[in-house]
Amino acid sequence: MIPAAALRDAGLAALVALGLFAPLVGLRTDVSPTGGLFLRTRWADVAIVCGIVFLGRLVLSLWLGQRGLRPSTGPGPWTARLERAGAFVAPVLLGLAVVLPFIPGIGRYELDIGILVLTYVMLGWGLNIVVGLAGLLDLGYVAFYAIGAYSYALLAQYFGLSFWVCLPLAGILAAFWGVLLGFPVLRLRGDYLAIVTLAFGEIIRVVLINWVGLTGGPNGIGGIPRPSFFGLPFSMEGGPGTFAGFFGLEPSPTHRVIFLYYLILGLALLTNWVTIRLRRQPLGRAWEALREDEIACRALGINVTTTKLSAFALGAMFGGFAGAFFATRQAFVSPESFTFIESAIILAIVVLGGLGSQVGVAIAALVMIGGFELFRDLDEWRMLVFGGAMVAIMVLRPRGLVGTRTPTVALGKKRAISGDLVSEGHG
Amino acid sequence: MRDGDRPRRDMILEVAGLTMRFGGLVAVDTVSFTAMRGEITALIGPNGAGKTTVFNCITGFYRPSDGAIRLHVPGALPVELHALAGHNIARAGVARSFQNIRLFPGMTALENLLIAQHNTLMAASGWGIGAVLGLSRYPRAEREAIEKARRWLDATRLLERADDPAGSLPYGAQRRLEIARAMCTEPSLLCLDEPAAGLNPRESDELARLLLEIRAGGTSILLIEHDMGVVMRISDRVVVLDHGKLIAADAPAAVRADPRVIAAYLGVDDPEETAA
Repeated sequence: MIPAAALRDAGLAALVALGLFAPLVGLRTDVSPTGGLFLRTRWADVAIVCGIVFLGRLVLSLWLGQRGLRPSTGPGPWTARLERAGAFVAPVLLGLAVVLPFIPGIGRYELDIGILVLTYVMLGWGLNIVVGLAGLLDLGYVAFYAIGAYSYALLAQYFGLSFWVCLPLAGILAAFWGVLLGFPVLRLRGDYLAIVTLAFGEIIRVVLINWVGLTGGPNGIGGIPRPSFFGLPFSMEGGPGTFAGFFGLEPSPTHRVIFLYYLILGLALLTNWVTIRLRRQPLGRAWEALREDEIACRALGINVTTTKLSAFALGAMFGGFAGAFFATRQAFVSPESFTFIESAIILAIVVLGGLGSQVGVAIAALVMIGGFELFRDLDEWRMLVFGGAMVAIMVLRPRGLVGTRTPTVALGKKRAISGDLVSEGHG
Repeated sequence: MRDGDRPRRDMILEVAGLTMRFGGLVAVDTVSFTAMRGEITALIGPNGAGKTTVFNCITGFYRPSDGAIRLHVPGALPVELHALAGHNIARAGVARSFQNIRLFPGMTALENLLIAQHNTLMAASGWGIGAVLGLSRYPRAEREAIEKARRWLDATRLLERADDPAGSLPYGAQRRLEIARAMCTEPSLLCLDEPAAGLNPRESDELARLLLEIRAGGTSILLIEHDMGVVMRISDRVVVLDHGKLIAADAPAAVRADPRVIAAYLGVDDPEETAA
């Protein structure tokens, strides 16, 4: 773009910014010392913001004009580099995740963030089965997370079952509800499916709030037993029957955090392993085929009903596992933890990472959840930075960080398939 | 008609009194015809004659309003196709292609052919569970499936494009891949909806050769086609529909000479119909 046009373009952007920020930033109501409200103007701040927009737009358009940077779903230079590094990035991330608790300087706070990020990585991978592979837009994924959490909480409370017994039960119960949700929505596609799954998520939450006799209603369930290390509880007493005593260690509260960290790492890796294996097998391929063309699937003798249900059930099962983990980590569950925003965050992780891409989802979870914690110092600007980053990713990479699809099988060398060809599913 | 000359056991598909109504519109009106085993049967007719509707009834995409469709299997009772769900018709041995190509565009040609073998592979993988745990005979089944896919890729001259996404293949290649994909389900009856549409003459010739090869391999073919050159050259029998009614079913030469068929295609008043 020639400089004059770029200047004009930047001026226009600044004008739009002025219109937007003059009321938003420039005018502010404050409480005066006398207790009344008064209008404070901040025109200097507006000028700074508009100046930033002007300069930013100018630099961007000059740079774009030079580099010819365009939105792309294809395997551009960026993807090619990532792909070359891909064989290397995933093991490095995995290695880092495994040794994280023992890196000097990593304290309890960092480990807690690690646990949080891994929980979302696991949820992202679980939802990736439903949305990324089978192409069924599920806006109520948090319901399965809630079912898993409450399953563990209630089974532990009423029957005194241990975490290790409850974990598979929570997964099975969530999968059961996944199938139950799946049945009525099988015929729905696209927007209709999204609305019904959204409603399902809300129904579960509303039931949890209102069934006070069973779930405690809005007060939630407290005192959920913490997981034990295969029967050895984590206790500060350090007796022979505890984890620290058995291994002859100094009792420390960090032990439990490290254990929880490895527990969720193991669960997340299980999700990943199952997904990667299934993707190379007929069931996973049928999911992807379903995303590409349901009618063709039917003409090839694929039972669309059971294939869809299996995707729902499996995705729900991993959501249930994550829920059980959440309950044991918090030792407290309440319906507040399972609002729609959770579903939205998990879906955003999957979409930003790239539908169907395991590495992409992991990176997106790390960036979204970890980044969110990292920018805590920015206070109210955090959301702005965050929203900006999401918009930037979607503008430059409309199909997510990893917008390409890797074939599951090849006669020769596997080549990434451009996102333009890969269907997003019709619901 | 030659139907009477043939023994009944040679029949593969029997359409009896097939009627399909969409509200007040009768798209197919009591149509009966048969397709013989090891033959190529062509279904022709002017636009809007109801050919694709008949096809969709046979392949389970529509449920017929009336009538029966039976697939005859040697040494077994005939399969009542009109009562089966869509995916079970494919399992019974009827494969189809689509008028507007329906491949899986984001998946490679090879993957497309492996999806066609889903049911065999799924059984071998222990419905997913065995294969995830690495406990089943799945790897061998997959090698065999890839081998079969390779044979069909070779037969359709797509071997060097095996690892390319189906959506990036040229049009003619996509048509061939769709036929290869249908053949990978090991059908006894292959239904093709306008396979020569949009092909140039050379590609049409190749298609005709491919269909003859498939017939030689023992698969019967039912085909809708507008390219009369292809139809007359390769078909053993031609079934003609017009306005949802069957007007002729005979050998290609006889159909070509049939005045009613000519009338239907050229829009000339049929003397018999005018009389009646």
